[in-house]
Amino acid sequence: MAVITYRDALNQAIREEMRLDPSVFLMGEEVGVYQGAYKVSRGLLDEFGPMRVVDTPITELGFAGVGVGAAMVGLRPIVEFMTWNFALLAIDQVVNTAAKMRYMSGGQISVPAVFRGPGGSALQLAAQHSQAFESWYAHIPGLKVVMPATPADAKGLLKSAIRDEDPVVFIEGEMLYNTKGEVPEGEYLTPIGVADVKRAGTDVTLICHSKTVSVALKAAEQLAADGIDAEVVDLRTIRPLDHETVLASVSKTHRAVVVEEGWSFAGVGAQVVDVIQREIFDELDSPVLRVTGADVPMPYNKHLEKASKADPPKVIAAVKRVMYLES
Amino acid sequence: MTAKADRKRGSPAAAGAAAPNPTSDLNADTQRSWLRQMLLIRRFEEKAGEAYSLGKIGGFCHLYIGQEAVAVGTLAAMRGDDYITASYREHGHALARGMSARAAMAELFGKAAGCSHGKGGSMHLIDASLGFLGGHGIVGGHIPLTTGMAFAIKYREEDRVAVCYFGEAAVNNGAFHEALNMAALWKLPAIYICENNRYGMGTALERASAIYDISERALSYDMDREVVDGQDVLVVYQAMQRAVKRARENKHPTLLEIRTYRFMGHSMSDPIHGHYRTREEVEEHRKRDPILVWSEKLKADGIIDERGIKSLDADVISEVEDAYRFADAAADPEPGELWTDVYASGGTA
Ligand SMILES: Cc1ncc(C[n+]2csc(CCOP(=O)(O)OP(=O)(O)O)c2C)c(N)n1
Ligand SMILES: [Mg+2]
Repeated sequence: MAVITYRDALNQAIREEMRLDPSVFLMGEEVGVYQGAYKVSRGLLDEFGPMRVVDTPITELGFAGVGVGAAMVGLRPIVEFMTWNFALLAIDQVVNTAAKMRYMSGGQISVPAVFRGPGGSALQLAAQHSQAFESWYAHIPGLKVVMPATPADAKGLLKSAIRDEDPVVFIEGEMLYNTKGEVPEGEYLTPIGVADVKRAGTDVTLICHSKTVSVALKAAEQLAADGIDAEVVDLRTIRPLDHETVLASVSKTHRAVVVEEGWSFAGVGAQVVDVIQREIFDELDSPVLRVTGADVPMPYNKHLEKASKADPPKVIAAVKRVMYLES
Repeated sequence: MTAKADRKRGSPAAAGAAAPNPTSDLNADTQRSWLRQMLLIRRFEEKAGEAYSLGKIGGFCHLYIGQEAVAVGTLAAMRGDDYITASYREHGHALARGMSARAAMAELFGKAAGCSHGKGGSMHLIDASLGFLGGHGIVGGHIPLTTGMAFAIKYREEDRVAVCYFGEAAVNNGAFHEALNMAALWKLPAIYICENNRYGMGTALERASAIYDISERALSYDMDREVVDGQDVLVVYQAMQRAVKRARENKHPTLLEIRTYRFMGHSMSDPIHGHYRTREEVEEHRKRDPILVWSEKLKADGIIDERGIKSLDADVISEVEDAYRFADAAADPEPGELWTDVYASGGTA
């Protein structure tokens, strides 16, 4: 199997789907001539031409609406946001139109659009360019929210998202584009709504997604040295949330820590904790803890930035607390 | 500053009703059918207002009374496979497009037999089979959708056009500018119809817009534009024909500013004249009631007489009464419908 980057895996997914289905097109800022702000769309303009790889003005609300309108009449747009920070300007179209057309029309209108781009923080980009918005979108009935952590999942999930009849918010990890992994060639689909156990373990469950999967895996490695065997569950899809996989894991380990990049208030972890306490309260040996980004706008200074992030030491500390090894 | 100060808002009369307008290319049936459609919308809206007062219609309900010629004239120039989006003030457009009064009224009543199965209501009348794609509640939000539909038309190399109706207050919203810029940039077959009824709720155009001639906004995008008298259905039709031709044949978008007036309050919860406009102003505009204007013209041309008009009116009144009875008797959606139509799979997530 070929080892390729997360970036190239996304590129493969888009290219394959565009070859298969003439109604699939890509639009966004710098996706064509410039080959993508993060080079995800490299080579696509050459292969598919400017009608299917559409460079837009810097007009997020407008081009998101163009994507939704095109989807309402049968095209399958992939709307790229240069980053999800800028998608705030477009959130009206995602929330008020894309997510609601099917319901408001009594089932007459589908919006098979994918909204994608990098989310979360990178390095020293400061407050306006370092934000995790998955909980915002996951809050909205009518949307699906997908966040791959590995190159293989990036490909498999993006292909599924493009084929999905519902609007999909597809948040890539800005820091993951260069990461490499084995990716199956050709037809390879990862189902939306199914979490993945990235490391099996027996003592505690670490529930994570996107960039925090590597954080959890690193923490698990270090915990193993202390004789603690952590299971790492990668949610992969935030909505619909895979209750089954999460509950099966926690029922086995009886302890859980939820790790996410975003802010704690009403975050993804809050939802996960709710499901666990509601469904398997009696299985728990300790309260579920959360490790999140610090509840502040992202600082620029690199030491402060580092201190704000969910990292392996914070995860390890939380694990020790749920195991009553530390207070 | 002086240029702006001199640029008074145009009255509908100033907008081009002066010259006699030849109707020779229109047969008498068509001309009478426009009168019937305008009467149908008028009677439908009056009935909706009555039903609202009785508590049979809930939420917001924005009536179209006074603006009927805009929907009827523009839709008459369109083809059955064109795409349409509108704001929440869209009952008239839906009816003129061919939605049955029953399906529209039942939707206002929130019934399962409504066009959106009771899930949309007054602001979200939708019938995909008619290319009537909403009924949207966020001011300006649907304008980019139309650009997207026009994009899809060009993408598939079709000769449909995509048409959008919105109020004059929406042109101050970023979505309007973003949508028009892309339509002009990409040469898309879109027509943007600004129904300038002078007010966004209680805010007069002059209190919200730095320029008073809305069509001038098109200049920023090198887009074709026209100012149209919205009280004369024939004038509206002819302007729309030109815009449709440009869009269908040359893929040139147009901004049509159609000057009209709403005779009722902003919505059913707003009185006809409040702090923002006088009774005299409303009365003055009522003199150019589009139904009156068109009736007079048809009578003068010998196409219909007073008796004919009465009989058309009686006909639409019975259609509306039937729709009312139908909607009133229709069933609510099943309780389980709460959970359907969220996702394609049917379930929730
Ligand atoms: C984005 C947004 N802001 C505010 C509102 C509340 N609102 C509904 S209609 C309206 C006035 C719009 O006036 P106009 O566009 O001229 O249309 P008209 O009602 O005159 O047909 C306002 C402020 C809204 N629905 N959407
Ligand atoms: Mg208005």
